[in-house]
Amino acid sequence: MNIQVSADAVQWTLVGAVTDIPRQGARCVKRGDMTVAVFRTSDDRVFALEDKCPHKNGPLSQGIVHDGCVTCPLHNWVISLETGSAQGADEGQTASFPVKVEDGRIYLSL
Amino acid sequence: MTQEKQRLVIVGNGMAPGRMLEELFDRAPDVYDVTIFNAEPRVNYDRIMLSPVLSGEKTFEDIVIHDDAWYAERGVTLHRGEKVAKIDRAAKMVTSEGGLAASYDKLVIATGSSPFIIPVPGHQLPGVLAYRDLDDVDGMLGACAKGGRAVVIGGGLLGLEAAAGLKAQGMDVTVLHLMPTLMERQLDAAAGYLLQRELESRGIDVRCGANTKAIHGETCVEAVELEDGTMIDASLVVMAVGIRPSADLAKEAGLEIGRGIVTDATLRTSDPDVFSVGECTEVDGRVYGLVAPLYTMAKVAAEHLTGPSEAAFKHAETPTKLKVTGINLYSVGEFGDAEGTEDVVLRDAMRGTYKRVILKDNKVIGAVLYGDVADGMWYNEMLKSGEDVSEFRDTLIFGQAYQGGGGADPLAIVANLADDAEICGCNGICKGDIVNAITEKGLASLDGVRAHTKASASCGTCTGLVEDLMTLTLGDDFAAGAPAGMCGCTTHSHGDVRRLIKAKELKSIPEVIQELEWTTPEGCAKCRPALNYYLVSDWPGEYVDDMQSRFINERVHANIQKDGTYSVVPRMFGGITTPDELRAIADVADKFEIPTVKVTGGQRIDLLGVKKEDLIPVWDDLNKAGMISGAAYAKGLRTVKTCVGSDWCRFGTQDSTGLGIKLEQLLWGAWSPAKLKLAVSGCPRNCSESTCKDIGIICVDSGYEILYGGAAGLHIQGTTMLGKVPTEQDVLETVGALTQYYRETGYYLERIYKWADRIGYDHIKSVIYDDLEQRAAYFDRFIFSQKFAQIDPWAERVAGAEAHEFAPLADLTLEAAE
Ligand code: SRM
Ligand SMILES: Cc1cc2nc3c(=O)[nH]c(=O)nc-3n(C[C@H](O)[C@H](O)[C@H](O)COP(=O)(O)OP(=O)(O)OC[C@H]3O[C@@H](n4cnc5c(N)ncnc54)[C@H](O)[C@@H]3O)c2cc1C
Ligand code: SF4
Ligand code: FES
Repeated sequence: MNIQVSADAVQWTLVGAVTDIPRQGARCVKRGDMTVAVFRTSDDRVFALEDKCPHKNGPLSQGIVHDGCVTCPLHNWVISLETGSAQGADEGQTASFPVKVEDGRIYLSL
Repeated sequence: MTQEKQRLVIVGNGMAPGRMLEELFDRAPDVYDVTIFNAEPRVNYDRIMLSPVLSGEKTFEDIVIHDDAWYAERGVTLHRGEKVAKIDRAAKMVTSEGGLAASYDKLVIATGSSPFIIPVPGHQLPGVLAYRDLDDVDGMLGACAKGGRAVVIGGGLLGLEAAAGLKAQGMDVTVLHLMPTLMERQLDAAAGYLLQRELESRGIDVRCGANTKAIHGETCVEAVELEDGTMIDASLVVMAVGIRPSADLAKEAGLEIGRGIVTDATLRTSDPDVFSVGECTEVDGRVYGLVAPLYTMAKVAAEHLTGPSEAAFKHAETPTKLKVTGINLYSVGEFGDAEGTEDVVLRDAMRGTYKRVILKDNKVIGAVLYGDVADGMWYNEMLKSGEDVSEFRDTLIFGQAYQGGGGADPLAIVANLADDAEICGCNGICKGDIVNAITEKGLASLDGVRAHTKASASCGTCTGLVEDLMTLTLGDDFAAGAPAGMCGCTTHSHGDVRRLIKAKELKSIPEVIQELEWTTPEGCAKCRPALNYYLVSDWPGEYVDDMQSRFINERVHANIQKDGTYSVVPRMFGGITTPDELRAIADVADKFEIPTVKVTGGQRIDLLGVKKEDLIPVWDDLNKAGMISGAAYAKGLRTVKTCVGSDWCRFGTQDSTGLGIKLEQLLWGAWSPAKLKLAVSGCPRNCSESTCKDIGIICVDSGYEILYGGAAGLHIQGTTMLGKVPTEQDVLETVGALTQYYRETGYYLERIYKWADRIGYDHIKSVIYDDLEQRAAYFDRFIFSQKFAQIDPWAERVAGAEAHEFAPLADLTLEAAE
C-alpha cells in the first residue's frame, strides 16, 4: 500500500478481499513458480512480499506478524513488510510488490 | 574496466585470520579472491568458547563465527580438512596433503599453535587428549558419557577450564599441576591458593607439585602414575601443559624463524609477499597466546594488505581472566619479585577476596585480583597510561570507588572511565566506541551492542561492564541487573507477567500489552507465543486461543520442514499400533506420494514431505482410521514411550505398556510451557529410558517410582525421584498434578528440569507428593483444563476450522499464461 508508481505502467490484478486474510496473518498468491505472501496487519494495512526469506528462502507467509514486520518461521529473521529488508543486524532483502486496496478488495501489481 | 583481482591464500582458519578477513572485506571488498586452507574440517569458530561447549552451556552452533553463508557471500573458497603440506615461494604456490594446490599473490600463514604433549610412557594411549579444538571437546564428551575419573595435567588457564567443564559433565576430576600453586604464570601464590580452595570446594581434586611419570592402560587409559609412586585411576587424561607456535611449515619454506614465524611490525615475514598472523607469529621478539593481541595483528595485516598504511603492531599487556562460572579472577602485567618493585596488598579472608597491585617508580606495573575484580580495568588503565599514583597511593588498593569524586556506586566507576578506556579486552573495544554505537544506532539491547560493536561477543567476561554502559547511556530505558524482560517489548520478566495476568485478571493479549505497558504496539514473535500460552493455561474454557500468536507448527498442527513442506505424525498411544493403522498410514503415503516414512525416536511414525495443501485430506484419511494428531510440533504432550512390560517380558513387574497408554490418554492435548515427554519402564532395566525423560515411571514389584526432571536433548541429565506410589491410579493422579503445577508456574520454553531447578525439587515434592490435598487440587484443575484441550485439532480442521491456512488466496498461474 501507499506505493506510488506511474499510473499507466501498472497492471493491477484482483487477488481477493482484505477479510480473506486474518489480521496479523498472511495468505499466498501463486503465479507459476513464484509464490507471493500477502500480509494483513492488525490495523488492516496490506503488504505483498515474495514468499522467500532472504536468509534461506523460508516461507515468510507462515511467520508471525508484528509491528509491520514478519518473523520467519525457519530461523527467526525479522523482515519489514514494507520494504522486504531484514531488520537488526541481519542483512538481506526480499522482493516487495505494490498493493492497492479499494472497497475492501486487494489488487497486486506483480 | 574491472581490474583483475589478486589472489590471497590463507593457511589456517583460526580466530586471527578470521578477524583479518573481516577487517579486509570492510576496507576493500573487491581486491582479493580469497582461498583458505584449514586443517580442521569446519568453518571459523570462537575457540575461546570451547569450555562452555564442554560444560554444556553452549552448542557448537552457538560459537560459530562465520557460517557457510558468510563464505558464500564473499566468494571465499574454504578447503576444510586440507592441511597445507608445502609452500613453494619461488612458484608462489601452496599444496595441501590431499594434493590441492593454489597460487597466490599474497600469502598469510596463520597456523596457530600446537598443544604440547608430555612424552611420558603411555601418552599415545586412546583416552589421552589435548585441549585445543572441537575434536578434543567431542573426545572429552564421549569419555564423559562413559563416566569415571578424568585427570587433567596442567593447572593453568586451559587445564582449569577443562576441569570445570568435565566436572559439570558429571566426571570425577583430578588436576595435576607441577608447580606449587595454580596458574603461577598469571597469579601469585596467595591468589593461586584461594583459587585452589574454591575448586576443591566444588569437588575438584587438586594436586600441586605433582609430576606425572607414566600413563597406564592396556588398550586405553586406565591410570596415571606420579613420580612419587601414587596411582590415580583415570578413564580420560587431558594434557593442558602449554602450546608451541606452529612454525614448521614456514621453516621448511625457508622463512626466518625464532620462537615463531618472525615478522616486522607490519606482520610481514622475511618474504614481503608473505604475512603471518596469530599465535604462530613472533613480532618484536614476542609470541602471544590470547586473542586481544592477535586481533590487533589481524587489523594491522589487513591494513597493509589493502594498501599503503602506517599501521604498526605495538605490544600491550593483555589481562587474563578465567572463564569458570562463579570464579572471579583478574591479572595483568608483572607480579614477580623483581628489583625496585613494591607491593600493595589487601586481603579480606571473610569475603575470600584478595587484591595486589604492583608498583615501580610510583607507577602501576601489574595487578592480581581474586574475588572482587571490579577494579581490574581501572588498574589496567593506570598501567597503560603510566600515570604517577603517588598522590593517592594510600587508598589505591581500595579501588576507584574510594578515590575523590568516585563515590561507592559501581556505575560511577564506569562513568568515570575515559572514552578510550578498553571495555572489551578480546576485541579491543573502548568505552567511546560502545557509547557511540548505542546513541547513533539507537541500540537498546545487549544483543544489539554485541552485533554492532562485537563488545562482549567473544569470551563474555565484560558483559557486566557493557550493561553498565548501557544503563549510563540510556538511563531508565535500560535497567541492567534487573531480571531480564521477557523480550525487547517489556521489562517485565516471565515471572512478573504470569503473576500479573492472574492478579489483574488479564484475559487477552491486547489487554496484557496495554495493562503491563508493553513498549511495542503488538508484541513480537518472542513474547506473543508466551503470552498466548499463559492465557491458555490460566483461563481454560474462557480464553480464545490466538492462532496468529502461535508458531506455524502449532497453527497448522504439523512440523514445517526446511523446504516449506510439512511432516505429519499421528499419535500411537504408548507406542502400540495395529495392522489396520499401519495399513491406513501406508495408504496415505501412497495416495499423497509422501516421500519419506520414518520411525521416530518417540515410538511412532513420521510422514515427511507432505505438501501444505495435502494436510487436510491426509488428516481426513488418518482420522477415518481412528488416529489423531501426535502433536509432534507442540509445546505440549508429545509421547509416552513404553516397554513391553509384564505382558511379555520375563523381567517385567507391571503392565508398563498399559500404564503408558493410560497416561497418554490422560495427558494428550495438554499445552505446557515446553514440550513434555514421558516414558514407562517395566522394571529398573529401564528399556524405555524413563530416567532421562521430563517425567518417567519405573515399575517395581511393590509399585511405581515416579521420576522427573530428566533431559536428553541439548543438555543431558538424569531424573530425580518424586516418590513411590502403590497403584496405577496414584500414578495417574500424581503425574496429572505434577503436570498441572508445571503448567501453572513454568516459564514459556522452560523444560521441566529447568523449572524444577528454579522452583526446587524438595519444594515440588512437598506440594505434589507429600501433601495429598494439594495433589488432589492440582489434579482436579488439570482434569478441568483437559475438557477444553482434548479436541483433536486435525478433526477440527477437516471440519473446516482455519481453512484460510491451507489454501492459497489466489492462483494467477493460468491468467499469466494466457
Ligand atoms: C522426528 C524426531 C526425530 C526422529 O526422526 O526420530 C524429532 C524431530 C525433531 N526434533 Fe527432536 N525429534 C524426535 C525426538 C527427539 C528426542 C528423543 C525422544 O523424544 O525420546 C529428543 C531428546 C529428548 C528431549 O526432548 O529432550 C529430541 C530433542 C529435540 C530438541 C532438544 C530439546 C531440548 O530441550 O534440549 C529439539 C529442539 C527444540 O525443541 O527446541 C528438537 C526438535 C526437533 C524438530 C522439531 C526440529 C524443528 O524444530 O523442526 C524436529 C522436527 C522434525 C519433524 O518435522 O518431524 N528435538 N527429539 C523425533 C520425534 C519423536 C516423536 O515421535 O515425536
Ligand atoms: C579452550 C581454550 C580456551 C581459550 N580461552 C581464551 C580466553 O579466554 N581468552 C583469550 O584471549 N584466548 C583464549 N584462548 C586462546 C585463543 O583461542 C587463541 O589465542 C586463538 O584461537 C589463536 O588463534 P589463531 O588464529 O592464531 O590460531 P588457531 O585458532 O589455533 O587456528 C589455527 C588453525 O590453523 C589450522 N592449521 C594449522 N596448520 C595448518 C596447515 N598447515 N594447513 C592448514 N591449516 C592449518 C589449525 O587446524 C587451526 O584450525 C583459548 C584457547 C583454548 C584452546
Ligand atoms: S531431527 Fe532432531 S537431531 Fe535430527 S537434525 Fe532435526 S533436530 Fe537435529
Ligand atoms: S530462512 Fe528465514 S530466517 Fe532462515
